[in-house]
Amino acid sequence: MGTKQKYSTVGKRVPKLDAIDKATGRAQYIQDVKLPGMLYGKILYSKYPHARIVNIDTSKAEKLSGVRVVLTGEDIPNIRMGVYKDNPPLKAGKVRSYRDEVAAVAATEPEIAKKAIDLIEVTYEALPSVFDPITAMQPDAPLVHENHKTNILKMPWKLHYGDVETARKEAAHVVEKQFTTTWVTHCCLGTSGAIADFDNNNNLTIHTNTQIPSLAQKDFQETLKALGIPDKRVRVIKPVIGGGFGSKLDTYAYEHVAILLAWHARRAVKVLFDREEEFVATSTRQPTIIDIAMGCDTEGRLMFRDINMVLDNGAYTSWGVTTPSVMMMPITSLYRVPNVRYQAKCVYTNNTYAQAMRGYGNPQATFAIESAMDILAEAAGIDRLEIRRINSNQPGDETPQGFKITTCGLPECINAVEKVLDIEKPKTKGEGIGIASLIHVGGGARIYKSDGCGAIIKLDDFGKADVFTGASDMGQGADTVIAQIVAEQLGLEVEDIHVIHQDTDICPWDVGAHASRTTFVAGNAALGAAKKIRSRILELGAELMGITQTKLDLRNRHVVAQDEPEKTMPIGKLLRKAHFSHGGTMMMADFFYDPANENMGRDFRGNLSMTYAFGTHGVRLKVDEETGKVEILDYVAAHDVGRAINPMLLDGQVHGGVMMGVGYALTEQVILEKGRNMNPDFRDYKILTAKDAIPLTPVVIETIDPDGPYGAKGIGEPGCVPTAPAIANAIYDAIGVRILDLPITPERVLAEIKKKKGVDSCGIDPLTEKEQPC
Amino acid sequence: MSTEIKFNLNGNDIQVTVKDHWTLLYLLREVMGLTGTKEGCGSGECGACTVIVDGQAVNSCLYLAVELNGRCLITIEGLAGPDGTLHTLQQKFVEHGGIQCGFCSPGMIMSSKALLDENPTPTLDDIKHALAGNLCRCTGYTQIFESIQAAIDTGTEDVEVVAWKNET
Repeated sequence: MGTKQKYSTVGKRVPKLDAIDKATGRAQYIQDVKLPGMLYGKILYSKYPHARIVNIDTSKAEKLSGVRVVLTGEDIPNIRMGVYKDNPPLKAGKVRSYRDEVAAVAATEPEIAKKAIDLIEVTYEALPSVFDPITAMQPDAPLVHENHKTNILKMPWKLHYGDVETARKEAAHVVEKQFTTTWVTHCCLGTSGAIADFDNNNNLTIHTNTQIPSLAQKDFQETLKALGIPDKRVRVIKPVIGGGFGSKLDTYAYEHVAILLAWHARRAVKVLFDREEEFVATSTRQPTIIDIAMGCDTEGRLMFRDINMVLDNGAYTSWGVTTPSVMMMPITSLYRVPNVRYQAKCVYTNNTYAQAMRGYGNPQATFAIESAMDILAEAAGIDRLEIRRINSNQPGDETPQGFKITTCGLPECINAVEKVLDIEKPKTKGEGIGIASLIHVGGGARIYKSDGCGAIIKLDDFGKADVFTGASDMGQGADTVIAQIVAEQLGLEVEDIHVIHQDTDICPWDVGAHASRTTFVAGNAALGAAKKIRSRILELGAELMGITQTKLDLRNRHVVAQDEPEKTMPIGKLLRKAHFSHGGTMMMADFFYDPANENMGRDFRGNLSMTYAFGTHGVRLKVDEETGKVEILDYVAAHDVGRAINPMLLDGQVHGGVMMGVGYALTEQVILEKGRNMNPDFRDYKILTAKDAIPLTPVVIETIDPDGPYGAKGIGEPGCVPTAPAIANAIYDAIGVRILDLPITPERVLAEIKKKKGVDSCGIDPLTEKEQPC
Repeated sequence: MSTEIKFNLNGNDIQVTVKDHWTLLYLLREVMGLTGTKEGCGSGECGACTVIVDGQAVNSCLYLAVELNGRCLITIEGLAGPDGTLHTLQQKFVEHGGIQCGFCSPGMIMSSKALLDENPTPTLDDIKHALAGNLCRCTGYTQIFESIQAAIDTGTEDVEVVAWKNET
């Protein structure tokens, strides 16, 4: 596929605009920002997973030299964070998890703040705790939030399209399984932090790592309102962000604590997490227990999918609780499946609470669905690729949830994996192949009332453009893609484009960097503004050059006459004439793009995205049956990306996404022991290292989406979505054991091997009581 | 307790008084304002703070500043030329997508330089071994390997650039 049209910058491997600053150490992260007179804040966390706070004695801390402010939950106004507004930044009366913020200190040096925290004496009265969502749902379980009356959150996650019961009776083959997934965390290399600073009119400037500058502004405004200073300005400045992956999609206690401390200190206050805090006090991916039933007819056509899910919400409610809304997407729309039922319960426990993380629920749901697809294929006696081809989504489909599939490269992705992975190649002992596919939003996602993003382009006198965008770059390269789009429209070079995305005082509005929406939505916003400027340059060019507008083009920094290549005018010269003349004109344009996608209705139907991204992953691996260790020999990730605006950055998203997915599949887990994080460091929380890098071939399928900027779809998240099921399917193919729980550690593989052989975990046959060789 | 130490920083001889408990990372970032070296964990697990001391890549968060006395230190600020020309490794990381969020990049580049200074023609396994202590969450490492391999391909004379020296 693809078009023959030639572009000068779109489709090129353009280096990231900020890469040189990052390669030379000039890039300023929150760690590097210091304001004059700045104080350092530190937070005291709970010593219990669930307890009454009987007393807090801060007197010793207050007396420590260098301490400026000490705050507890009793000292602050009513501020509530999160979707459910159930989370104050400092807790009063009761703690509900180990990560609960109990007090905070601001001091002249970080060491003094730390010492002061240790001097705060808190008397707790322990309460019965609950760490398992199934137990938490029982009527006699301890209540995490008494006024909520139950631990089951009152969320509406329930849908039924078609008739699952009848389809189940009529299905020729039915499979039923339970899968579980656990907590994993983002592990951004740059830890979280914020600096809050009030001016003398009580306007707030906050430097913070956020993926949602415009929405964060509103959250912070609420805090100012609670402090009795409504209607003040809030300026959010984003330093260079050391990784996002969804972790910065909400506002957090540390940001509000920085504001509160700064308000009381009348000085700038910085709160910066150390690595242990980053592990303990930032939010995770939502853990799930998934019961899935799925059936097909004799030909392998899917007849129904029925999923029941329980999610451990933890003690408070951030975006993790809304991940079922995204899980609905693969559940109702990955492959053609006419009858679908889904119900999810989110349950309060005394564990850590979850947030958005790359894929937003999709990796959990796809793990269950794509594992079950293989089990069903085997039950039906149909080849694993074949059953996916039979049921593949097709352009023009409308899924049961009302998703309108426009472009769809899923069949091509399946074919590409089959070919590039060379699936027919003979396998040695212990070797296996697995595949899994994905659907994800690729054209924005109308989660809020708006899915919009603004862009402003301003040209100088010399043919250089400043592009002000609402987009948030966290390292993925949003600024570079926007520059390419603008350069392409205006006939400029990428280095002529300066993208500004750091400051809410300057940049236009946007709902945030989520749902793989930035290239599509912010890209279309930049394209809209660039088209406006382009037509004004052409209009002026026609006037100055005496040539009809339709015969002019912009390329190589010039206005050129298409039929008379010798007639050209440098764009810089034209701009000077535009600005420096009587009745001059300012070369500036703005555009607000809000895609024509739909909010989901009460029945969760609605065309959530303008277009959908598809992909198929295939893996060849080897299982060591002695140790249970899995070695990945070859990996192919084929993605329908619409168009690759920047193939190098696209590959980077796929490589990074797949490696995060491999970690999710094999090595990563936050180990909570009665609510306490037991592995808050990189020694014990195993993200993959350079030595674990896998041989990966990304395959790009271009379907040139009519609604995408130059045909592009989003690709930020898909890379980590189908990885775990592809690996689980390959392990089954290799040694015939089906792993239903993530991560697939060697211990789990070995236990399943032994179970299959009918021996216990020590290798003893329970009947003969003799040790069996593995 | 304080000690006066002398060392060579990116080609310049300097003299500073350091407290005995200061780490090299603290000296660089908090005292000298050289914030190019990053702190990712503070306990030697992530490699973001990697610098080169006497040709060896070390985690500056675990290295006591007093130990620097009489030694030669290269940080990320010392790689590009005085006119801004990038070191070959920096150039290749930029051109080959070896950088995304960039927080690991200074450490990655310093570990790569220590490797190439010692072994100008490393195999892929050598590269993986040399970078085993440098975590990256964004790139999946592949484009980092490609960046280093591209630097090797440009020839050893470009790669063996040492830190620039101020003419004083």
